[in-house]
Amino acid sequence: MVDDDAREAVGDYKAGWHDPENSTIRFDAGLSEKVVRDISELKNEPEWMTDIRVKAFKHFDERPMPTWGNMSMLEEIDFESICYYLRSSKATENDWEDVPEDIRNTFDRLGIPDAEQKWLSGVTAQYESEAVYHSIREDLEKQGVIFLDMDSGLREHEELVKKWFCSVVPYSDNKFSALNTAVWSGGSFIYVPKGVHVELPVQAYFRINAKNMGQFERTLIIADEGSSIHYVEGCTAPTYSTDSLHSAVVELIALPGAHIRYSTVQNWSANVYNLVTKRGVAHEKAKIEWVDGNIGSKLTMKYPSVILKGEGSHAEVISVAYSGAGQHQDAGAKIHHLASNTTSKILSKSISKDGGRGSYRGQVTVSKKAENCKLNVVCDALILDENSRSDTYPTMEVANPTARCEHEASVSKVSDNQLFYLMSRGHSEEEALALIVNGFFEPFTRELPMEYAVELNKLMALEMEGSIG
Amino acid sequence: MSDTSELLKIQDLYACIGEISILKGINLEIKPGEIHAIMGRNGSGKTTTANIIMGHPDYEVEKGIVELNGKDLLEMETWERAREGVFLSFQYPQSVPGLQVGNFLRKSVAAILGEEAAKGKEFRNKLKESMKELDIPSSFLGRYVNDGFSGGEKKRFEILQLMLMKPKLAILDETDSGLDIDGIRTVAKGINAAIRGTDSGALIITHYSRILEHVKPDKIHVLISGKIVKTGGPELALELEEKGYDWLEEDSEN
Repeated sequence: MVDDDAREAVGDYKAGWHDPENSTIRFDAGLSEKVVRDISELKNEPEWMTDIRVKAFKHFDERPMPTWGNMSMLEEIDFESICYYLRSSKATENDWEDVPEDIRNTFDRLGIPDAEQKWLSGVTAQYESEAVYHSIREDLEKQGVIFLDMDSGLREHEELVKKWFCSVVPYSDNKFSALNTAVWSGGSFIYVPKGVHVELPVQAYFRINAKNMGQFERTLIIADEGSSIHYVEGCTAPTYSTDSLHSAVVELIALPGAHIRYSTVQNWSANVYNLVTKRGVAHEKAKIEWVDGNIGSKLTMKYPSVILKGEGSHAEVISVAYSGAGQHQDAGAKIHHLASNTTSKILSKSISKDGGRGSYRGQVTVSKKAENCKLNVVCDALILDENSRSDTYPTMEVANPTARCEHEASVSKVSDNQLFYLMSRGHSEEEALALIVNGFFEPFTRELPMEYAVELNKLMALEMEGSIG
Repeated sequence: MSDTSELLKIQDLYACIGEISILKGINLEIKPGEIHAIMGRNGSGKTTTANIIMGHPDYEVEKGIVELNGKDLLEMETWERAREGVFLSFQYPQSVPGLQVGNFLRKSVAAILGEEAAKGKEFRNKLKESMKELDIPSSFLGRYVNDGFSGGEKKRFEILQLMLMKPKLAILDETDSGLDIDGIRTVAKGINAAIRGTDSGALIITHYSRILEHVKPDKIHVLISGKIVKTGGPELALELEEKGYDWLEEDSEN
């Protein structure tokens, strides 16, 4: 399954990486136990990780496709045409100067090094399967904060990884968590020690560059007692006529009193399947927030989840989804109240346009022994034209009568009078629509770091361009 | 050829909405610096006239001329008319949840008067000054456009926009409706500040004469069934207050 270059590299890896400069490793398309083992071998992983990968692969192989979401789009995925591992740089650098020039140019164009200097605590940049750049501010490192790409995390902190890997999202959770566990590469590993507050966000940037590529990053964040961190991720890919697959798994562990905020602005090109499992566990008085923006991709199926395990813990999921022509955003949230006095809030906003489809799929449960829980769910949809579609699939299962539940849903359309009002103030029809759309997303954008909010507003203005028929 | 000494020139204007014809031959000329009023009952075509000057997509112009400083407004898109200097103060301003007033004002002034006009100290001072004149608190800037505004707040917000956007022609569609006497006095102050002593003109659309006590019009036109049946000076407002519209209706049918 592995081509000659890759074979050679695997061989060289054991000998200490003597392959020529600028070489790349590209596995042949298709998936088998052999490919899974080759990835693990290439990375020189401990045996327990190889074992999990192989088990996960077998589970993936046997498990049928989900029978919900967008089944016809899911059926179109050709797992045999996808490349499961591609490496374009031989190492993860901590100086942009050392990153191969063409890759560096890509990230320059995306504004990553600039953002890093101005407002971030640390950056990791992933290109295809591997992180190509990684850095963290020195003061944080001195305080014991670990921020590494996941592969380095496994090498340098094996015990921590072994303890928490798959503890929140078992490989058998769903077909795509099994796939990710089998072939994962890259992603972030973060540990924040007790009581340490990471003031500025850390950022990860994921880029798929090759055709028919599969990106399977794996992220694990552990915030120890009383600590806090804000992690931001962005994603892009070029547009090809053939499809790529992005299937990540993110696991968050917020130990007692810790606070994790995880923000995403996903802008994959419209040929990327984005099938992601994101889940966190909040211990006593901990707080987990998912701020999740889905603008791109062909099909996204993603429901950031929080398990409120400890008493007095809190969860928030704020999400927006934009679905344009040929896109389906099937997104939402899941929250499980397992302990007493836990609170949660879900705010979901979706826009569909040019025949796009937005679905909110949410599940909130309160277990029998969880007393005095409070939960609030709001979902709003804005439909921009007659061809577009919005659906809501909310589920609430409340087994304890002391819970206080609130649920609101609304569907609205942009009215001609609203557009006329804004156009009478000098705004073209496209600008007027962008003002309305950005306003609709405002409860989300105000939760993002300013730079991201500005970026998102620009993206939406671009989406509105040429949209007036 | 157009006579450019007129700010606004409406000639023989016929318009309909669907099958229903609403304007049946309107003629109206406003010179720079003049304030005119159109009075008339509900359904007489007052708001239609305002909407057609601004370019509302629901109305179809069957024939006629609408020009601003000799330029054909009917050929322009709504935003182009706004950039050309037409401003409409709406009877029912639309809300835009999530769009902050301060941001909206800056963007709109930039769209109409150019980026430079919406930047720097001069703009901020003008904004502060105008808000003070209209009794609008500064917390207003953080609210969402017309979202949850009271009737009076909406009207004052329209006038605030008028003051900042410095139009050549301001059309005020029932700006006085739903306002108490203090409210009318406040918005009238804003209109006078924006128009009087400039080359701009205004067209005030109203049912009542009250606002015209505070913004003295140069001419008053009475609109009945899509036609202007009478034009006069400020005294006509008082006459209408006394006698209603019936006597004119009879006139127009003859």
